[in-house]
Amino acid sequence: MLKGKAHKFGDSISTDHIIPGRYAPLRSNLPELAKHVLEDADVNFVKKVKAGDFVVGGNNFGLGSSREHAPLVIKMAGVSAILAKSVARIFYRNAINLGLPVLICDTDKISDGDELEVDLTAGTVKDITNGNKLTFGKMPEVMLKILNEGGIINYVKKHGDIVV
Amino acid sequence: MGKTLAEKILSAKSGTDAKAGDIVIASVDLAFVQDTTGPLTVRQFQSSGMSKLANPERTVLFIDHAVPSPNANQSNDHMLLREFADQCGCKLSDIGEGVCHQVVQEDFTRPGDVVVGADSHTTTAGALGAFATGMGSSDVAVAMGLGKNWFRVPESFKVQVDGNFPKWVSAKDLILHLIGTIGADGATYKSLEFHGGTIKKMSMTGRFTIANMAVEAGAKAGIFAADETTKQFLKSVERGNDYKALEADADAVYEKTIKIDANKLEPTVSKPHRVDNTALAKDLKDTKIQQVVIGTCTNGRMEDLAVAVSILKGKKPAKGVRLIVGPASRRIMTAAIEKGYITSLIESGATILPPGCGPCMGLHQGALGDGEACLSTANRNFEGRMGNPKSFIYLASPATAAASALTGEITDPREVM
Ligand code: SF4
Repeated sequence: MLKGKAHKFGDSISTDHIIPGRYAPLRSNLPELAKHVLEDADVNFVKKVKAGDFVVGGNNFGLGSSREHAPLVIKMAGVSAILAKSVARIFYRNAINLGLPVLICDTDKISDGDELEVDLTAGTVKDITNGNKLTFGKMPEVMLKILNEGGIINYVKKHGDIVV
Repeated sequence: MGKTLAEKILSAKSGTDAKAGDIVIASVDLAFVQDTTGPLTVRQFQSSGMSKLANPERTVLFIDHAVPSPNANQSNDHMLLREFADQCGCKLSDIGEGVCHQVVQEDFTRPGDVVVGADSHTTTAGALGAFATGMGSSDVAVAMGLGKNWFRVPESFKVQVDGNFPKWVSAKDLILHLIGTIGADGATYKSLEFHGGTIKKMSMTGRFTIANMAVEAGAKAGIFAADETTKQFLKSVERGNDYKALEADADAVYEKTIKIDANKLEPTVSKPHRVDNTALAKDLKDTKIQQVVIGTCTNGRMEDLAVAVSILKGKKPAKGVRLIVGPASRRIMTAAIEKGYITSLIESGATILPPGCGPCMGLHQGALGDGEACLSTANRNFEGRMGNPKSFIYLASPATAAASALTGEITDPREVM
């Protein structure tokens, strides 16, 4: 069970909002890079976010670049899962590859600051603040396996191969 | 039942009868990274326990995004890539060779290949009839080590384009129009497959531009049949033997068909800060710009430079406009010098950049000041993309870019010609 606060963002949060290209010189210095997470969408996010919290987006979250640093800095901020109405393809796969769950659900029903409880096995999100209960769709089996191993690199390390 | 191009390629490369929705393990024919995603790929590869590359000859590390290196951190990242290439025996495309999405087409992509790159615009290789898609650093690390990865076979949209482009309208206007119509998530997880009379007649340059931007509609791939034009392109880069014809089955099943009449297209522009926020150039008069960029992996090819030269020749940009031109590869730079394009552009006031990404991603070269606006032939205009969240990026064709440089405001090229 994951528990934390919702940090709500709008539609079309791009990988440039999450970690802009101008910080590429910091990509080999992840602790410094992570200080700029979501800076172009909310400059105060990095100060507000606490371990276990959730990033809650609208439609097409994570569109744009293939930079895996985008989900990586979100994970480094302590975020336990990303919730969104829809997610861009590469971002989705990258987050799962890093062991960061991405849950597709109707985030219109969640407000900024709401306390959430996520049950990954049951596929449910409980909004403790407003009492709403949401369900999220199942991800493909292969992604679930990768997520359960803590990401694709751990998966390959353990199995020496990739199977579906 | 017939197969789409995506289904055909993924069937062949997975040894299964792959259909949309299936998840397959497919062999990878080319895996590449660039200098902003590569260092993480190298680290992930090293921590995965994999020690050897499955196919060093078809693994490429590009140093193209920050070239020549603008700072010590990036120089260190470049060193890391060079060392890894030395150790593993893979290919290195160092500074000055060009943008990955041009060099990959010149030197590596073959029709029917599966291509993965740690860069979202890897879709560009779909123009040569490959299944090409962008992935993150870890996924590419896996493909480099195992020579394969898992793929969900996408459903396909058939984009049927017929008719002739009006004068000064090009492939860029077509793809901007398409993205404006279906939206930046209109093709998420899908493969866009391009068909019709306009596509058959279209040059390789136009096909590259379109496949490059397929990802801006969320698509996993943008694929063209491999035909005579593909063959001629491969011959022109001394790879005629890599050609094989490839087309979708006549009875392939598409999730939907999108019809576009090329005759009706007009010079189109994406306005800040979304690629699907499109308008016609003629409706954006009085939109002042301070910088024009012609180049990038979207529109930095010979045909693009030729259009710019034909509009700019003997003229100068309007006062207050900086004109920046970046050929996409060394091969293109050389050809443009031989044809006299570079001299002509310099005489027209252009600053010429070395082959590479230039200002596209906001790393160096041509970052915008607060409140400034740039018209670029690149593929993305997200807030902050060109180094400053307080600036504005418009996207358009080389013709619209060149015309706008002359007037200092967004201009339909037909108005200056
Ligand atoms: S030119 Fe721009 S879009 Fe193309 S690879 Fe370089 S940074 Fe990416």
